[in-house]
Amino acid sequence: MAAAERRIIFKNIDSPGYTNDIDCYIENGGYEVLKKSFKLEQQQIKDEVKSSQLRGRGGAGFPCGMKWSFIDIKKVQKPVYLICNADESEPGTFKDRQIIHKDPHQLVEGMIISCYANNVKLAYIYIRGEFPHGARILERALNEAREKNFLGKDICGSGYDLEIYVHRGAGAYICGEETGLIESLEGKRPYPRIKPPYFPAALGLYMCPTIVNNVETLCNVKHVMDLGGEEFSKIGKPNNTGTRVLCVSGDVQKPGYYEFECGALTLGELINDICGGVRNGNGLKAVIPGGSSAKVLRAGEQYKLKEKQADGSMAEREIGLEDIPLDFDSLMGVGSMAGSGGVIVMDDTRDMVECLANISEFYAHESCGQCTPCREGSLWMKKILGRMANGQARPEDAGLLKNVADNIAGRTICAFGEACSWPVQSFVTKFRDEFESKAERKKLTTV
Amino acid sequence: MSAAEINPFNHDIASGDAPMLNVNFNGEWIKVPKGTNVVEVTRQQGEFLPHYCYHPKLSISGNCRMCLFEMGMPKSGPDRKPILGDDGLPVDINWLPRPMIGCATQVSEGMGIRTDSNLAQECRKGVMEFLLINHPLDCPICDQAGECKLQEFSSDYGTGESRFVEQKVKKPKNVDLGERIVLDDERCILCSRCVRFAKEVVSDDVLGFVNRGSYNTLTAHPGKRFDNKYSLNTVDLCPVGALTTKDFRFKMRVWFLKETKSLCGHCARGCNVTVGSRQNQVYRLTPRTNEEVNSHWMCDYGRLGFHFLHDEKRLVTPESKVGTAQFPTSWVDLSQQLGERLAAFNGNEIALLASASMTNEELFLLKQFADEKGITRRDVVPKLGESDDFLALADQKSNSAGARYFEISNDGKNHDSIVSDIRSGKIKALICWQEDASDIGLTAEDLQKLELLVAASLLPNKTTELAHFVLPVAGFAEKRGSTINQFGRLQRMNQAVALPGQARDDWEAIQGIRQQLSGKNGIHFIEDVFKQIASSYSPFSNLSLSKVGDLGVDLELPDGVLNKDKDSNTPA
Amino acid sequence: MSTSQVTAEFEKQVDELVSHYPVSKRSASLPLLHLWQETFGHISDEGVDWIAEKLELQPINILELVTFYPMFRQEPVGKHHIKICRTLSCALGGADKTHACFKKRIQAEGDDHGPLTSPDNNYTVEFVECIASCGTAPVVMIDDDFYENVGEEKVDELLKKYD
Repeated sequence: MAAAERRIIFKNIDSPGYTNDIDCYIENGGYEVLKKSFKLEQQQIKDEVKSSQLRGRGGAGFPCGMKWSFIDIKKVQKPVYLICNADESEPGTFKDRQIIHKDPHQLVEGMIISCYANNVKLAYIYIRGEFPHGARILERALNEAREKNFLGKDICGSGYDLEIYVHRGAGAYICGEETGLIESLEGKRPYPRIKPPYFPAALGLYMCPTIVNNVETLCNVKHVMDLGGEEFSKIGKPNNTGTRVLCVSGDVQKPGYYEFECGALTLGELINDICGGVRNGNGLKAVIPGGSSAKVLRAGEQYKLKEKQADGSMAEREIGLEDIPLDFDSLMGVGSMAGSGGVIVMDDTRDMVECLANISEFYAHESCGQCTPCREGSLWMKKILGRMANGQARPEDAGLLKNVADNIAGRTICAFGEACSWPVQSFVTKFRDEFESKAERKKLTTV
Repeated sequence: MSAAEINPFNHDIASGDAPMLNVNFNGEWIKVPKGTNVVEVTRQQGEFLPHYCYHPKLSISGNCRMCLFEMGMPKSGPDRKPILGDDGLPVDINWLPRPMIGCATQVSEGMGIRTDSNLAQECRKGVMEFLLINHPLDCPICDQAGECKLQEFSSDYGTGESRFVEQKVKKPKNVDLGERIVLDDERCILCSRCVRFAKEVVSDDVLGFVNRGSYNTLTAHPGKRFDNKYSLNTVDLCPVGALTTKDFRFKMRVWFLKETKSLCGHCARGCNVTVGSRQNQVYRLTPRTNEEVNSHWMCDYGRLGFHFLHDEKRLVTPESKVGTAQFPTSWVDLSQQLGERLAAFNGNEIALLASASMTNEELFLLKQFADEKGITRRDVVPKLGESDDFLALADQKSNSAGARYFEISNDGKNHDSIVSDIRSGKIKALICWQEDASDIGLTAEDLQKLELLVAASLLPNKTTELAHFVLPVAGFAEKRGSTINQFGRLQRMNQAVALPGQARDDWEAIQGIRQQLSGKNGIHFIEDVFKQIASSYSPFSNLSLSKVGDLGVDLELPDGVLNKDKDSNTPA
Repeated sequence: MSTSQVTAEFEKQVDELVSHYPVSKRSASLPLLHLWQETFGHISDEGVDWIAEKLELQPINILELVTFYPMFRQEPVGKHHIKICRTLSCALGGADKTHACFKKRIQAEGDDHGPLTSPDNNYTVEFVECIASCGTAPVVMIDDDFYENVGEEKVDELLKKYD
């Protein structure tokens, strides 16, 4: 039996009568954690976040406390900026949209706490352009917070000043990459920066130390401060703490968003018990577990998963696709990633070449074009796949695709190189038969 | 003037006090100054890490990915410190699975660099293939062919065949980017060197990329032109055939060009250039790197200012006036007749107007001649142009310093007295060497009054029209010699093309007249002239033309010789 | 749109947006482009020049952005802009059919890859990439409004709403 949902971030979202204005938020205990946090030293907050073992919810799963620790507010000579990455654009992911539309003050509160902890005086919410209502809702929420003196000068009598502004993107996936986002916020083409030397913690927005955190991560900060880092770290699994909002889409009966403790349920439980199984009575064929850039998992595959035991020792067990626990480390252990929490399910009627062609079209469209392998390779892969899907596959195409992807991954300025090649590498490898048979079928018809 | 003053970035010049770090380069431990990037480390080791977007004088953009190399860090012990052997060097290196770009990676202590490992080779092969899939492969009609980094690197690192069978991306061709420059966007590899040059070096932010992804296209904003006076440096910077010079386009295959190291003569900076010529015709000038003078750059005016050499009006025959008409003569006859005519005047009846763009050797010989004859009325014709904050200097004469040092120039202060003395008849003879007397206010009437008018020139002018003797002489690419730039740097120009017709190298023409007057000889080569200079003038002692070298040497010159002000052409 | 149509009210909005970026005016590029497009319908060359001048930039700095971000358009579109997500989850949910249905209903013709405008100029239909509501595929945006689970059966109703 699958574990029950544990809603922390989505606690109030969709609950009857809950509205996105500040009064409703305050009635439900909103901004109490903020007031409590102002009584703490900034470093204490950073320590709590560190001990919570909270990992970033944007895709890479980088420990939030560690990210913050790169900036030593006692020593830093320049202003520190914080940017909320609300550019939610990884296909398969739709959690931030819910938070922004339905519980914006949770984000604002988490963000103010995070800004205070890092001595940030000016922060931005970079929201994707396709959320025009979301931007308005956030602006209203910020105004409401300003009116109540949760923002502005001398917040709640703490002596601390902070301004937060909403900044709208305009339809570019690459702005989700933190340095691309920073360039975009500086009013330039969102070309990701080379790292080294432009690590945001040192040379971020306006060449100042900058923290970029995902919407869900910043919401979590509020709950870390509510529960305390220790207590928060008990939710989920060690190194995979807290809850995770899972966004399920594709061929399931009940797609949607669900919040669970990290690792509390398996992929099979999510699909079958929570989402009502594969739709139309079809069988399961493949799952992309962490947004479209995550490597695909094939039904029927067996994985050897190494897990840390309670006593600290490592044990290995062999599991099938449906037994994979949904947490950062397990998904990485089976060769994919938890990414942004977007689970895309494909049933056994789906043509994997067409599915991959669709994904590759996305990445070819979204490549910023700054660096050679991604610029040229992403469009090349799209063209090969488009041709294959149109019945003009050649026997060598599968191998060529894989090789083109190999020539991109790890050789680009930013992680987009991986994002566009991982799907290709994994689809082609795991469904090689299907890719090769495309060419065979063509051979048959032309004889 | 040094590179540090010219360029916003100098990635190839380590600061003098940089500590030395131990780096393992392709298996060998070497010492490298801190702050050096891996492209430069490789260059210092006499090897080459291929790259397109990296340029030592531009910000690092890291976009081409051609300089990927395999990087390692020293293996650490449990204390997280590198495990060092008895020699103080790391005992082992952990090689990272992910390649790094050489341009953006600066050396660190104990770092490992492999520029030719399987990983590095695979990366280069992959990038080469990517760069070529949408490239038009139109080398047969491309001006860059022969000096194209796509050609060179694909032959060195590519595969020789294409796996690409899809439609290529179409982009604008034959784009009129500016007055002097044409863009082919299909050839462009989007390295952004031109964009960075325009923005960072000459602050003319008109170039940029439009569209996105593989459709990215270099452009200037409609209505804006890429016309700044340094625009053609982007043609040199462009590693491919995307940017071409209208002036040179379709004129000559670059592999036919003979390259001669020389100098631009258009202002007192003396930018170092390479003269590209074939069969005694100059086809182009390109800047030649000299960090003490012009770094990697030159202005468009200087670059395109060679066409006068091949002007159809070029004077190619010595002439002497018989009655009222000028007739062709031989150099032997001209020298003899001119010598005889000059002998009839006292030195104080003769004035000498020479060019401050002449070489030291020529000026020295003129001075010898003038001293021997007792000619004291000498000057040059200064020319003032506009300076800027980059290379251009106001002094439009390339050797004003030399002209002052060899006591030919008085910075134009003698003009008035020369003019009035010609008008009053005190001065009866005027020698104009590569200058037009009308430029100091002498009218045709004034000149006709003279008993003897001598004009050495490349092109006809008001003086040559009236001269009793016309001496066709040499332009900058037709001779060897030295000049001193505004900052006191002694530099050398070399002969790229032969003189047209019977035109003569200036120094030989001067020496010919001098011999007639004094009978002195002993100079057979331009080197001999320099030797005489070196033996009598201390700033030149121990120097020879060959010791001046391709990059020149700084001279210690007396006060008053150098003009330190970029906006003026006379010493304060 | 001619810059003479820039009103005092518009300038006031511009100044407010610029004030959000005390460190660098250039940061206001995207907000000003949004505002220009919302006010004038599309971003003309005059728009590019006006914004560049306002932010003390070169026009190329703005043109680089206009052409990069798909949400900005340099040409006018129909009165209502229908954007249909085509990315994987929506494709699995039948976005192709939704697109085809919209296209047919508004009588637009042409290649599915670009924006297609109806002959009466009332609608432009366009495939866009993921708009982050994959659980309710297929999803459609009409102007600023967002619609979930838009199968073929909902097309007529939606068009009527924007008649």
